[in-house]
Amino acid sequence: MDVVLLSRIQFAMTIGFHFLFPPISIGLAWLLVIVERLGWKKKDEIYEKIGKFFGKILALTFAVGVATGIVMEFQFGTNWAQYSKFVGDIFGAPLAAEGVFAFFLESAFLGLYIFGRNKVSKGVHWFSIFMVAIGATISAFWIIVAGSWMQTPAGFIIKNGRAELTDFWAAVFNPSTVIRFFHVVDAALITGAFMMAGISAYFLLKKQHVEISKKAMKLAVIFGLVVSLLELFPFGHESGREVAHEQPAKFAAIQGLYTTQSGAPLAVFAFPTMPPPELKAKIEIPGLLSWLAFGDVHAKIKGINEFQQNDLPPLFITFVSYHNMVALGMLFILLTLLATIQLYRKKLWESKKLLKIFTWAIPFPLIACQLGWISAEVGRQPWIVYNVLRTRDAVSTAVVAGDVVFSIILFALIYLLLGSLYVYLLVREIKHGPEPIEAKEVLL
Amino acid sequence: MDLNTTWFLLVGVLIIGYAILDGFDLGVGVLHLFTKDEIEKRIEMNSIGPVWDGNEVWLLTGGGALFAAFPIVYATVFSGFYLAFILLLAALIFRAVSFEFRGKVESPTWRKWWDYAFGIGSLLPAILFGVAIGNVLRGLPINQSGDFVGTFIGLLNPYSILVGLLSLAMFTMHGAIYLSLKSEGALQERIVKQINKLWIAFILLYIVATFFTFFEGSYLFDGILRNPIFWILLILLLASIIYIPIFINGKKYFKALLSSSVTIAAMIGMVAVSLFPRLVTSNIYLNYSLTIYNSSSSHNTLFAMLIIALIGVPIVLIYTIFIYRVFKGKTIISKESY
Repeated sequence: MDVVLLSRIQFAMTIGFHFLFPPISIGLAWLLVIVERLGWKKKDEIYEKIGKFFGKILALTFAVGVATGIVMEFQFGTNWAQYSKFVGDIFGAPLAAEGVFAFFLESAFLGLYIFGRNKVSKGVHWFSIFMVAIGATISAFWIIVAGSWMQTPAGFIIKNGRAELTDFWAAVFNPSTVIRFFHVVDAALITGAFMMAGISAYFLLKKQHVEISKKAMKLAVIFGLVVSLLELFPFGHESGREVAHEQPAKFAAIQGLYTTQSGAPLAVFAFPTMPPPELKAKIEIPGLLSWLAFGDVHAKIKGINEFQQNDLPPLFITFVSYHNMVALGMLFILLTLLATIQLYRKKLWESKKLLKIFTWAIPFPLIACQLGWISAEVGRQPWIVYNVLRTRDAVSTAVVAGDVVFSIILFALIYLLLGSLYVYLLVREIKHGPEPIEAKEVLL
Repeated sequence: MDLNTTWFLLVGVLIIGYAILDGFDLGVGVLHLFTKDEIEKRIEMNSIGPVWDGNEVWLLTGGGALFAAFPIVYATVFSGFYLAFILLLAALIFRAVSFEFRGKVESPTWRKWWDYAFGIGSLLPAILFGVAIGNVLRGLPINQSGDFVGTFIGLLNPYSILVGLLSLAMFTMHGAIYLSLKSEGALQERIVKQINKLWIAFILLYIVATFFTFFEGSYLFDGILRNPIFWILLILLLASIIYIPIFINGKKYFKALLSSSVTIAAMIGMVAVSLFPRLVTSNIYLNYSLTIYNSSSSHNTLFAMLIIALIGVPIVLIYTIFIYRVFKGKTIISKESY
């Protein structure tokens, strides 16, 4: 295997594993901002217990996120040196900005939030979780700026054999930054909501910590419904439109549109087969794709046949990951809607089946996040910077295949261990549960 | 002062910030490796518990700033040091999770494993920091097109390992001084004794390393004796080194920590002064070296980054100082502790 493929495998593995943790952190952090605020303002002990319990889960998740995130900061240099030389003039700035504006903020204030509960006033303590949430969200912003620039590069010229910055703001707010930012952060909020709802549902089924769990579940379900709806419209919809306008080859691939047509149908379900690229067993809604993408049922959309073979992303994986992401997104709306209705009818606590589904659904948003990233980043191929630099020209020249094989095996083993330990400790923390309501602080 | 020089200075400040702040974290981790008592181990870990993560961000931001300001150096060094970096990252991963993981399970075996993760995860970066500086000082095999053409084993040369041991001694001493500030009673007494030994080890290693630098990196001394900044840094260095035991034995632990911070800053400052305007020296031919001019980003990027730094860094300093003040005083083990 060549260094390009090996480095791609390593990058996919390390970023995929890393991105299991930030969505949980971002989502839980914002939910805790609400929880701690309620606990502080209403002087409600129950919210304080919820805060403490989910705060522990946040700390655990954050630790693994930080540990796996360090790798990402340096991997552009280790494995993608040619890329780094070519785009460093633009790509380095958002990474540095992420450090200065986000990493310091979230890590410094997380320490204060976790260890400072009895050292600072309630207001400052709430402010600390608020800063953690802000920091995590700013972090998402800058890394999405960097990633979006690779999808829809702007604000640069090719000079001295590299991309040089001409307009900072045009590069930062390139055509896909804003919508991708909302799309990703909202996905993180959904992840946090399902985490809180799922754990609370588990306690309710076990009839443990009932009072605490009811309040947490109620908050998570309503919050979850709002953010799940927002993910469909406007964020998901606008994200799709942006791809249709900016990256037509990727759009055709993820939608399974293999021939150019007016009044293009939306493939709701199908099996893509190759070659020739074809959708089998498809369920389509005529004209809907044209309408969604361009606001006109008759609009003409470019199909795969319009593009050079060597400019096309892999068709199968992009179609399948994208469609499953959308399906999961719909499921989130359905589940949170059902739960909200049951809550309104005051029947949620007795709805055993629904609670059970919520427990099992904890990892679903994470799967949706992974699928979304796969369709976005595989859909960008064969380019590392869309229409500017090919992935195969971006890899380090000083690194040999054996080195990368070694690092892939090492990271795979470490991440297998970390992943297992995270799940083990998470389950342990959940089984241990929140503190009982009447317990008093005891110093060891 | 042009933008390239400004960024040389700023990257230097970030590296010094990292070395001072994460330096004592790493040092505490090394000392942890040789601590037997469970309560003492927890005091050590918790003394840096609320702040270590923020300190490590200096490394991430330094990496980001290097990427943004001098992308050629970032690309060449990181891909050239591939295996070394992968090992460093593995160490940092284990170290990062050890805080959160160690206390979660009350089994002696579990805790022992995470003690090793924390200890070795601190020891390795403390040595590699010096190994990297040693290699930069003696020069790397950089060819005409600016590519690294050496090997991993070549990085582990005796001189660089000597500088690695020097940085290990320096960080361990610095960590011990931090711990003397955060501990009390028997632990503090023992730490104070260790500081005096580490101080001697540090000075001996520093003398030996300086001696060999004359041979390994003679180019570094060209014209340096006429540079007033060099003399200022040298005086600061000597004064701060002398004051460490004076403050420690006078029980002025915070002043001792400031002294060892100045020592670290002055040492790295002297490295920077002797390298300038080079960032990575080529030992094939001095003119192949990567400098602040031939490896930098464009003027636009350096300027935009300067604005980001001028807005961001003061804010970071303000809340970092605030948080250190919240956690000042002796470390006490409580319910929230690791």
